[in-house]
Amino acid sequence: MPTKFQRWKESITATDIVMWSIGFVLLVLIIIGSILTLRAGRYTTVQWFDFVIYGLAQGSIYALVAMGYTLVYGVLRMINFAHSEVFMSGPFTAYYVAAYFYRSSLLESHPFICLIIVFIVSMTISTLIAFLLERIAYRPLRNAPRLIPLITAIGASFTLMYLFRGLYGTGFQAYPVWKVFTGKWALFKGLEIGKIQVFVIFAAALVMIALYLFIQRTRIGKAVRSVSEDKEAASLMGVDIDKTISITFIIGGAAAGAAGVLYALVFKQVFFMMGFIPGIKAFTAAVLGGIGNIPGAMLGGLLLGLLESIGPALFLDGYNIVAPYQLKDAIAFLVLVLVLIFRPTGLLGERLAVKKA
Amino acid sequence: MEQIRAIWRYGIKVGIIGGIVLILMSLIGIIEVFTKRQVIADFISMGHVLYLAAGLFVCYMAAKRTKPAKPLWVISSSFFAGLTTTFFLVLLIILGRYINLRMMFINASDLLLNNLLTFGVEGNSGMLLLLYVGMFTGLITGLFYLLPNVVRTVILWSLAGLVFAGVLQDLFRSILTNNFPDIISEWLLTSDGLTMKGAFAIFIIIALVIISWSIKGEGIKQGWQNLPKKQQLTWRTVGTIILLVIILVAPWRLGLFMSEVLTIVGLYVLLGLGLNIVVGYAGLLDLGYVAFFAIGAYVTALITSPEIMNLNWSLWAAIPFAIFFGILAGVLLGVPVLKMRGDYLAIATMGFGEIIRLLVLSDALRPFLGGSQGIGKIAKPQILGFVFKGPQEIYYLIIAGCMLVIFVSWRLKDSRIGRAWKAMREDEDVAQAMGINLVSNKLLAFGTGAGFAALSGVIFGSKIGSIYPHSFNIMVSINIVCLIIFGGIGSIPGVIVGAAALIGLPELLREFAEYRFLVYGIALVVMMLIRPEGLWPEEAHKRELHEGTAKEATG
Repeated sequence: MPTKFQRWKESITATDIVMWSIGFVLLVLIIIGSILTLRAGRYTTVQWFDFVIYGLAQGSIYALVAMGYTLVYGVLRMINFAHSEVFMSGPFTAYYVAAYFYRSSLLESHPFICLIIVFIVSMTISTLIAFLLERIAYRPLRNAPRLIPLITAIGASFTLMYLFRGLYGTGFQAYPVWKVFTGKWALFKGLEIGKIQVFVIFAAALVMIALYLFIQRTRIGKAVRSVSEDKEAASLMGVDIDKTISITFIIGGAAAGAAGVLYALVFKQVFFMMGFIPGIKAFTAAVLGGIGNIPGAMLGGLLLGLLESIGPALFLDGYNIVAPYQLKDAIAFLVLVLVLIFRPTGLLGERLAVKKA
Repeated sequence: MEQIRAIWRYGIKVGIIGGIVLILMSLIGIIEVFTKRQVIADFISMGHVLYLAAGLFVCYMAAKRTKPAKPLWVISSSFFAGLTTTFFLVLLIILGRYINLRMMFINASDLLLNNLLTFGVEGNSGMLLLLYVGMFTGLITGLFYLLPNVVRTVILWSLAGLVFAGVLQDLFRSILTNNFPDIISEWLLTSDGLTMKGAFAIFIIIALVIISWSIKGEGIKQGWQNLPKKQQLTWRTVGTIILLVIILVAPWRLGLFMSEVLTIVGLYVLLGLGLNIVVGYAGLLDLGYVAFFAIGAYVTALITSPEIMNLNWSLWAAIPFAIFFGILAGVLLGVPVLKMRGDYLAIATMGFGEIIRLLVLSDALRPFLGGSQGIGKIAKPQILGFVFKGPQEIYYLIIAGCMLVIFVSWRLKDSRIGRAWKAMREDEDVAQAMGINLVSNKLLAFGTGAGFAALSGVIFGSKIGSIYPHSFNIMVSINIVCLIIFGGIGSIPGVIVGAAALIGLPELLREFAEYRFLVYGIALVVMMLIRPEGLWPEEAHKRELHEGTAKEATG
C-alpha cells in the first residue's frame, strides 16, 4: 500500500524538478537582491511610500482593465486580445472632448462637470466598441475550435488599433491637465501624496465596487455568473446566452473606458498604441488573481502595480544593475510567465485547471 | 407593403452599414492616399476603384440577401442600398462644410470631402452626382446579380484581374522592360497606370481564359488523370525544373527593387516555414518566435562584427553557432511551457519574447549586446571571392535556406515525428495514451522551429549589416503567425502564398504601407470568419476544421 508521499514521489517528472529548481533560484535571487538593496539603504522612507502610492494608482487602473479580461474569459473561455483596444478607444476619442473644454476654458470654470462628461464619452465609446467587437467578430465563432477565436481576437486588435490610427493620426496627443488634481497633500513626517493618485485610487475603487455589486446583486449579474458557470445549464434555466454575453462585453468595455481616462489623467497623453502594454499588464493581473474570478482581478491588478513600482528598486538595485527601471516591463512579463508556469489557477482561482486552458 | 418591408430589411439596413463603412474608409484617408496611383491612366485611380468596389460590394450584398429573390425585389433593394450609402456620404460632406472635421479626424481634408468623394465635381452638383452614382450603381448591381452565374463569374474575375494588373503595374513594368521589347510595355503601360488599350486587352484575355477553362477545364483535368503515372512524373519534373530556372534567374531579370522585395518575402518564407513546424505541425501557438530570430541575428553579430567582442569571424563560422544557440534557446524556453495549452501558451511565449527584447534593449546589458544602439558592421558572406553583398546576391542565400527548410519540413511531415506532432495537435491526452512522449516531441518542435528562426536571423543580420532591438518586436511574430494562417496552417505552399500576399504585396504598393496592419487585421478576422483553413490549405487540416464545425453544429 503506497503512502501518499510515495505516490507523490512517483508522479514527479524530470521537468518538474527542472522547474522547481528554476523557481528556487529565482526566489533566492529575489531575496538576496532585496536584502542587498535594504542594507545599502539607497531609498528613504519617503521614496518607498511614493513607490507604494504610485503602484497602487497604477494597479487600480490595471485592476479595472483586468475586470474586462476576466469577465470575458469567464463567459467565453477566450482571451479577448482586443480588450486593450477597447481600453484605448475611449480616452482617445474623449481626448477631443477634453481638448474642446480646454480651449473653451470650461475646464477652468467647471472642472468636475467636464471630467464627468469626459468619463461618459470615454465609457460610451469603449462600450460601443466592445459591443460591436463581440457582435461582429466573436459571435459567429462561438463554436469554432479554440485557436480560431484567439487569432480573430489578434486580428480584431490590429484592426481597431490601426483604424483609430487612421482616424486620429499617429501623433501623441497631450491630455489637458485638470488643475484640481495637480499638486500634493502633505501628510505627517514629510510624507506627501499626489492628488491625482488619490483620485485614481478612489475612482477606480468606486467603479470596481459598483461593478462588483452589479454582478453580485442584480438579476443581469446573476445571469452573467450563471453563463460563466455553465452555459448549457444557464440556457436551460431560461437565460438568454447571446444577450448575456453582450452584456458581459458591455460591462468590461465600460470599466475599460473609465480606466482609460484615469490612465490618460496619470500619464497625460494618448496615442493609438497606448492600449498594448497596459492591456498585457492587465491580462497579467487577471491571470495573477485567477482568471474568471472578479475579486481576483482586483487583487491581481493591485499586486501587479505594486510589484512593478517597487520591484525594480527592491529586487534589482541591490545588484547594481544600470537603470533598473527599464526592466519594469520585463518584471511584469516575468510575473506573467511565472504565474502561468507555477500557478496557472492564479491566487484566488480554483475553478480553472490546466486542463481547461 | 411586403416589398417595402423587404426594401427596408435588405436594402436600407445594408446601405446604412455600407455608409458607415465608406465613411470610415474616407476618414482614415485610404481613399485619398490611393488616388495618387492610377489604375488606368487618366481614367480611374486606385482610390476610386476602392471606393466604387466598396459601393458595389454593399449593393451586391443587399441583392444577395434579398429573399425571396424576385427580380424586382432584388433590383429595388440593391437600388436603395446604393442610395442609402451615398446619402450617408453626402451627410458627411455637408457636415464637413459646417464643422472643421480635421480637428478630430486628421484625414478629413477639403480635397477628400469636396473633390474625391464626388468624383472631381465640386459644390452642390457634386453631391447630386454622388447620389446619382449611388442609384446607378445600385441599379447596375441589381441587374448584374440577376445575370446567369457563368456571365457573372466571367465579368467579376476579369474585372478583378484588371484591377490586379493595375495595382501590380510596377511588377509588370519591371518584368516587361527588362525582358521584352519596349514596344509591349509602351503599348500596355504608361508611366502611371495602364493604357486604355492595354486595359481592354487584359480584360478580354482574362475573360477568354476563364471562358475556355470553364468549357475545356474538366477535359484537361480528365486528360491529366488519364496519363500514365510515368508520363505524369516526367511532366512534373519538367515543370519543377522550369520553376527552378525561373526562381534562379529572377533577381537578374527583375531589377534591384524587385530583388529587394523578393529577399524580404524569402526571409519571411523562411521564418514562416520554421514557425509552421511549431504552430502548424505540432499545434503549439508560439507568439514569441521573434526571440529566436533575434538570437540568431545577435549571435551572428557578436561573432562576426568588430564591435563588442571583436572576433571578426566569417559568416559561415557563425551559422552553426547561431543555429546551436537558437535550438538551445528553443528547448530552454520550451521546458517551462510544456504543460500549457492554447491561449495560455501563446501568452507565455509572447511574454518570453518581450522579456528577451527588453533585456537586449536595456542599459544593463548594453556592454554585451549594444543596447538600443544595436550592433553594426556584420560580415557579408563570401565564397571563393564571390561576396553576397546586394539583394541580388543575398537572394541566393535565402533561396538556399528556403530549399533546405522546405525539404526538412516536407520530409518531417509524414515521418514518425511528424505524425507524433499531428497526434499531439489533435489531442494531447490521447496522444500520450498512445505512447507518444509529449515532452521530447514538444521540445523537438520548439527546437526545430527555433533553429530555422536562428538561421533566418543569420541571413537577416548579414543582409542589413547592423541590428537593433527594435527590429525584433512582437509585430514580427504576429506578422509570421498571420502569414501562416492566411496561407493555410500546416501547409508548405500556404506559407509561400501567405508571405507573398501579406509581405510582398505591401512592399510593392508603397502607398499601402500605412494601412498594412489595418489590412492584416481585417484579413485575419475575415479569414477566420469565412475561410479558417487559409488560402492554400493542407488537406487534412481543412477536413478537420469542417468536420469540427459540422459536428458541433449538430451535436
